[in-house]
Amino acid sequence: MKKNLFYANLLVAFVMFLSACVTINIYFPAAAAEKAADKIIEEVWQLENEKKEKKSD
Amino acid sequence: MIKRTIYCSLLLLFLMFASILLISRVQAANLEINTPAITSIKQSMQSRHAQLVEHYDSGAVGLTMDGMITMRDANAVPLAKRQSVNSLVSAENQDRNALYREIARANNHPEWESQIRSTFGQRWINMARPGWWYQTNHNSWAQK
Repeated sequence: MKKNLFYANLLVAFVMFLSACVTINIYFPAAAAEKAADKIIEEVWQLENEKKEKKSD
Repeated sequence: MIKRTIYCSLLLLFLMFASILLISRVQAANLEINTPAITSIKQSMQSRHAQLVEHYDSGAVGLTMDGMITMRDANAVPLAKRQSVNSLVSAENQDRNALYREIARANNHPEWESQIRSTFGQRWINMARPGWWYQTNHNSWAQK
């Protein structure tokens, strides 16, 4: 009986462990997304070139 | 026996937190944005931008909160050019939709598309040049 309880507990803990992994894995990386967005926007709007032009002025 | 159960649970709890820390470290890295699809969308948007920039400057076209652009003030464009600006805007929005979808897909999380869209929405506005118009909320415009 006690052994069954032990395995039940183990199972619950293991399921918690797995679900934590899954939950964290689908979490949206907001900071990385901002960085990626800035990089793309700089390229599309050619903001890099402007900075270089200003520096060379 | 109960003691062992507690120890085991504690160990797994510890592992759980350790994995949370580990995975969040991994996630702090970068999003994948260097796929051929994303690059080609970027190039298409870049060449279109040369035509769009005067309309951002004049206030005819504004940036929306959801990462799109829209005709804000059609009167700022001569009647003869209005149609071509409209098609520029819709082509740009098509590219932007495709861009957000492709970034989400390139990172194996198609469900991130709407969050990527709203991140871009904020960043486009944040990086807009002085004088450009952007949407603050529905039907309300402000100038940078």
